[in-house]
Amino acid sequence: MPVFWIFVIITGLAAAGYVLGRGRALASAGGDQRNLHSLPSYYGSNAAIFTFVPAFLILLIWLVLQPIFISLTVQANIPDSVVPEGSTIGLVMSDVRRLADGLDTAVSQGVITDDYARSVRVDLTDIRARLGEAGVALGSNLTSEIMIAAQRFRSMTNTGNLIKTIVVLLIALGGLGYALSRTQKDFRARNTVEATVRVLLIVAASIAILTTIGIVLSLIFNTIEFFFLYPIGDFFGSLTWSPSFGGGSDLGVWPLLWGTLYISVIALLVAVPIGLFSAIYLSEYASPAVRSVAKPMLEVLAGIPTIVYGLFALLTVGPMLVDAFGDDGYLGLGWMQGGTAVMTAGLVMGIMLIPFVSSLSDDIINAVPQAMRDGSLGLGATHSETVRQVILPAALPGIVGAVLLAASRAIGETMIVVLGAGAAARISANPFDAMTTITAKIVSQLTGDADFASPEVLVAFALGMTLFVITLGLNVFALYIVRKYREQYE
Amino acid sequence: MNDMRLLERDVDTNDIKIAARDVQVYYGDTHAIKDVNVDIADNTVTAFIGPSGCGKTTFLRCMNRMNDTIDIARVEGVIKIDDEDIYDKNVDPVQLRAKVGMVFQKPNPFPKSIYDNVAYGPKIHGLAKNKAELDDIVENALRRGAIWDEVKDRLQEPGTGLSGGQQQRLCIARAVATEPEVLLMDEPCSALDPIATAQIEELIDELRQNYSVVIVTHSMQQAARVSQKTAFFHLGNLVEYGSTGDIFTNPQDPRTESYITGRIG
Ligand SMILES: Nc1ncnc2c1ncn2[C@@H]1O[C@H](COP(=O)(O)OP(=O)(O)OP(=O)(O)O)[C@@H](O)[C@H]1O
Ligand SMILES: [Mg+2]
Repeated sequence: MPVFWIFVIITGLAAAGYVLGRGRALASAGGDQRNLHSLPSYYGSNAAIFTFVPAFLILLIWLVLQPIFISLTVQANIPDSVVPEGSTIGLVMSDVRRLADGLDTAVSQGVITDDYARSVRVDLTDIRARLGEAGVALGSNLTSEIMIAAQRFRSMTNTGNLIKTIVVLLIALGGLGYALSRTQKDFRARNTVEATVRVLLIVAASIAILTTIGIVLSLIFNTIEFFFLYPIGDFFGSLTWSPSFGGGSDLGVWPLLWGTLYISVIALLVAVPIGLFSAIYLSEYASPAVRSVAKPMLEVLAGIPTIVYGLFALLTVGPMLVDAFGDDGYLGLGWMQGGTAVMTAGLVMGIMLIPFVSSLSDDIINAVPQAMRDGSLGLGATHSETVRQVILPAALPGIVGAVLLAASRAIGETMIVVLGAGAAARISANPFDAMTTITAKIVSQLTGDADFASPEVLVAFALGMTLFVITLGLNVFALYIVRKYREQYE
Repeated sequence: MNDMRLLERDVDTNDIKIAARDVQVYYGDTHAIKDVNVDIADNTVTAFIGPSGCGKTTFLRCMNRMNDTIDIARVEGVIKIDDEDIYDKNVDPVQLRAKVGMVFQKPNPFPKSIYDNVAYGPKIHGLAKNKAELDDIVENALRRGAIWDEVKDRLQEPGTGLSGGQQQRLCIARAVATEPEVLLMDEPCSALDPIATAQIEELIDELRQNYSVVIVTHSMQQAARVSQKTAFFHLGNLVEYGSTGDIFTNPQDPRTESYITGRIG
């Protein structure tokens, strides 16, 4: 039986358990729910939990373990002689699995019967052609050992699936029976349900944490691998970035780091004052009518995909800046050579971050209690004195948090940089020069067709790790600032 | 309560500090203050009493235009302080509030140090020429607020870390520090023990020498102890206003009588 149907059946049993458990509890209390320890729905939920959770867990574990167990058994039965020169048992096993899948497909399409699939012998029939009719293409060396292994694989899988279905359904029924047998008016169903809810929440939290740890670990291992191939001293010591896929590349991180930080700083210089001031205006000065129009409009800005901002940088802002600062610009400065530059990307990224900063800060400022404003105004402070001396200090931790979140986004932003800042890795103080960032280079290193084991590709992990450490550092720094300058209101 | 003493209490015919005429306050469609006429004398303590929700706070907030900060609040009628209409277009509410200080019903210390809480007003109004003067102002205000001894060693700790009653006294000190001409106090002793209450009442009596004080209180004894004039509010109406002695010994309105004897409210 397909897993999906098993799942549907145990869900159905759980639903039935809910109804039965609820009814049984009420019956045991003589129909008066005041005689029950918990509300009737808790008894229902308790029965549903006992039906569903153990069966579902067993199903999950079975799904993971069965293929591993079968592979190992089948593999142990394949004679070493079958493994061709220069190949491995792993490759043979993948042939076996492919053949077994092919047989399944052919059976399900009616090209061959199940009996035929069980007994067919390579040396007697042209199984390759029969499977070809079902649209299954096989590898070259179809030996009878592989066929036998594949048949063993199929039969073990079939038996395993049958046992799995029976076991899971029995456990579901058993859980249901057990829960119902315990359901009577003094049973503390609420406690069981509460405990289950807690476990559920813990599981969700651990999944989030474990995934993060997993990602970080994989970053770390790949980075270490990279540093075996490429000296760490050169990565952090060299001021040039010139990867060549033929080998002999210079992979210094500084030009990319410089570009990243330069662009982020410009973006924050644009976004933080404008975002913060507009938040102050919206939350402190604007009339409700203005606010109800302006706030959603700012939030629309936040919904624009970054690639659109990238286009805007490439097609509008870049040329506009060149008109002003280029060689023939009306300012006559000749600082800018092309449309793609740190300034272009920084400005556009700043615009992208404005709604981010303003909408977070707006919420934070609004959370400052009205009593604070009243206290200050009541002492004869003006509106702007109140904002500066009472509201902003009280909102500071949150605002710092908002700014650092914006900084993390700026550092991690890719599309605007690819389109707006150019691809030249260089260290220059002129904001009208083209430069590039860590993120943009990660993309270009991974989209080449180089070998995944070469330092030119693995450097992407080291770059990612660098980014990660920077944002982590920012967050730690933010926490420190917030703790130090926090002005609590309660 | 000593009725004889109440009757003998002298009510000087002081100048009128605040005059309210036909004041109405609406919160949206709710009519919270109805036709209130009252003259509040200078150098006098005036007590507002009345059951919860009758509009004492609302009327208090009219006198320093704090109701401006509530979007849905609308004030009609005339309120004059020193013969000047405070709702006139030319009046700057900021200046008005520097002159008419307020202690709020719920203590609302700023999330700053105790020192900065008290120094806030004097700094804004430039009352101190230097740090030493500011220190003096702060110490003096905290002493008058009857909290100096408790906080003198922890002036740099946050004001929000104090207990409820300490916060209340801190807010009183903060309001006193700006030297207002009128002080509006909304239940300033609601969280205080009898000793601190007595100290605050002493402060109120002392303030009366130079200022006019309006105090909202739910304690009849307190109203009788500290005030010279009492106003009784009921359902948004000013039911009765007169010298404290008259109100407590010889109320004219049956509602006043039942309230002070504890039958309504
Ligand atoms: N911000 C507001 N918005 C709407 N209605 C309000 C607001 N503030 C007060 N009211 C209403 O105005 C009326 C008077 O309230 P007010 O706070 O003046 O009462 P109070 O006499 O100070 O009561 P208490 O003794 O409980 O402090 C009440 O009915 C209250 O519901
Ligand atoms: Mg009140």
